[in-house]
Amino acid sequence: MGHSQKESVWGSCNLFSRKAILFSLTLLVFFNFHLKDTQAHPLSPPTELFAQDTPNDHGKSISLNWNLSPDDGKVEGGVLSYEILRSTGLQGVFEVVGSVPAGTKEFTDQDTALVNSHNYYYKSRAVAVTDSAVSEIFGPVTPSGQWFHTGKTSVFVATLLFCLIIIVAISYAKRGGKLYIRPLAGINAVDEAIGRATEMGQPILFVPGLGEAYEVATIAAFTILGRVARKTAEYQSRLIVPAYYPMVMVVSQEVVKSAYMDVGRPDIYNEKDIFFVTQEQFPYAAAVNGIMLRERPAANFYLGKFYAESLMLAETGFLAGSIQIAGTDEPIQIPFFVAACDYVLIGEELYAASAYLSRDPVQLGTLKGQDWNKLAIVILVGLGILTATLGFAWFINLFNVNI
Amino acid sequence: MPISTDIGVWVAVFFTLCIFSFLYKDNPFYKFAEHVAVGVSAGYWFVVLMKETLEPAVFLPLKQGRWNLVPGPFGIFLLILPVLIGLLLFFRFSKKYNYIARIPIALIYGIGAGPTLVQYLQNSVIRQIQPTMVKISFASWDSFSEVLIAVGVVCGLTYFFFSKEHRGTIGAVAKVGIWTLMIGFGATFGFTVMARVSLLIGRFVFLMRDWLGVIS
Repeated sequence: MGHSQKESVWGSCNLFSRKAILFSLTLLVFFNFHLKDTQAHPLSPPTELFAQDTPNDHGKSISLNWNLSPDDGKVEGGVLSYEILRSTGLQGVFEVVGSVPAGTKEFTDQDTALVNSHNYYYKSRAVAVTDSAVSEIFGPVTPSGQWFHTGKTSVFVATLLFCLIIIVAISYAKRGGKLYIRPLAGINAVDEAIGRATEMGQPILFVPGLGEAYEVATIAAFTILGRVARKTAEYQSRLIVPAYYPMVMVVSQEVVKSAYMDVGRPDIYNEKDIFFVTQEQFPYAAAVNGIMLRERPAANFYLGKFYAESLMLAETGFLAGSIQIAGTDEPIQIPFFVAACDYVLIGEELYAASAYLSRDPVQLGTLKGQDWNKLAIVILVGLGILTATLGFAWFINLFNVNI
Repeated sequence: MPISTDIGVWVAVFFTLCIFSFLYKDNPFYKFAEHVAVGVSAGYWFVVLMKETLEPAVFLPLKQGRWNLVPGPFGIFLLILPVLIGLLLFFRFSKKYNYIARIPIALIYGIGAGPTLVQYLQNSVIRQIQPTMVKISFASWDSFSEVLIAVGVVCGLTYFFFSKEHRGTIGAVAKVGIWTLMIGFGATFGFTVMARVSLLIGRFVFLMRDWLGVIS
């Protein structure tokens, strides 16, 4: 009935009126849509804000993530950035603690003001040119430190196993177990070099490198220095040790002094021959080069940590005609020593030389333990290649380290 | 471009030429430059250590009465203990008690070696083992190079095996290991020499452009 009534009203209009009505309706629909598209509507906030204590750290850090605002990515009126606001109370004042650009979903609050075991509340605010929208509050979150870094479990297990193997080897050495170490050419040449210097009546130069006193290569160098000092004390030769760090000078003096006392010649120990030069790389190299040309040592020892100065030193020593023995665990510098020195201790040979010379059960056991560890690594690599080839990824994943 | 009138450039040129004179032989100019460099750098580091270590970590907290460097009952030890341990080093000048100076030295050894052990195991062992465990497919040259790396690692490790004489099979494997190392050293040598030559070029550019102005 209604339908027929509408038809009758429509039917009663003439052709012109019908066209006018249709035109008006079209305009109305067009402008309605256009207005909907351009009119300012409120910016949508980010959602699902989540915050938690950052795992595997010493605390004082909160990790946050959120879902992007629906207006993120829009060219006009879209989100420009997200601000992260923090408060110590639900009703407290929220302060901006960080900002990330649009499209970013996460932030780590590492503000130094964060205190472990305190509660914090967070909000994330989407910021546009003229507008902003705040998410719901998330909290409380409490930063705390962890004693165990779960991402480094493999390192923990490996450290335990490595140490266990070395402890077993040391205890075996201490009980008097026979531990063979193959001879190292560079070390056998030490006595020869000192003997030559003594015959020529010229001093011996020992350069302990640019490493700090606590670095493994420097510690190994100290052991060899002890051996060299013992020989120079026996032969009454002069030993010169220019140090790069004051602490290296102090330790070198202690080592040389002990060696001279062991041999029973503390009277010929000269502390002034073991001196601090400078803590700057190239002035140090220039000074050592000068010593080589002025003091004319017959034997030069470069043992420890070396960097770009290695070739400068070895080349000058070579030109001065000295017999040269070098050793470092810096792989980049070894080629220069190989090119310019008579004998080179490559990498771990430096540590082995230290044990070989001292015959100390602890050092010998450590070296033996390291050999067993190397054997274990070779076996593990073989197993890893086999399992990877057969398509078992789990074995390789055991060695994951997530820092 | 005219020759430089900048006094700083002239000083730098003078010292550059002094150091270059070492190529001829040791001489008073080289000796002068060497002594200046050593003296200036030693003095510089003294100031740096005073300003960046002792002043902010010791003198300022003491002056301002901030005895607790971090909150908590043990905060005070972070300030006092290192200072006291450092002062023990001065016992070196005592003939009777000079053995006390060995305490800080032992601490430096221990504290240095402990964290280094874990870092070495993490970065030089565990994180190196995993990429060596490669899948052998024989399908591409990539796989060939990966196998080459794995073989090189195993042979290299064998070379550093000190418990056995390098004879027989172990000797042969160790020989492959040392060859692998030497090839690596050769590549490193060439690469580093190129870097050094570029440093030399840089120094000549300084002389020609910044000083003499003969190149632009």
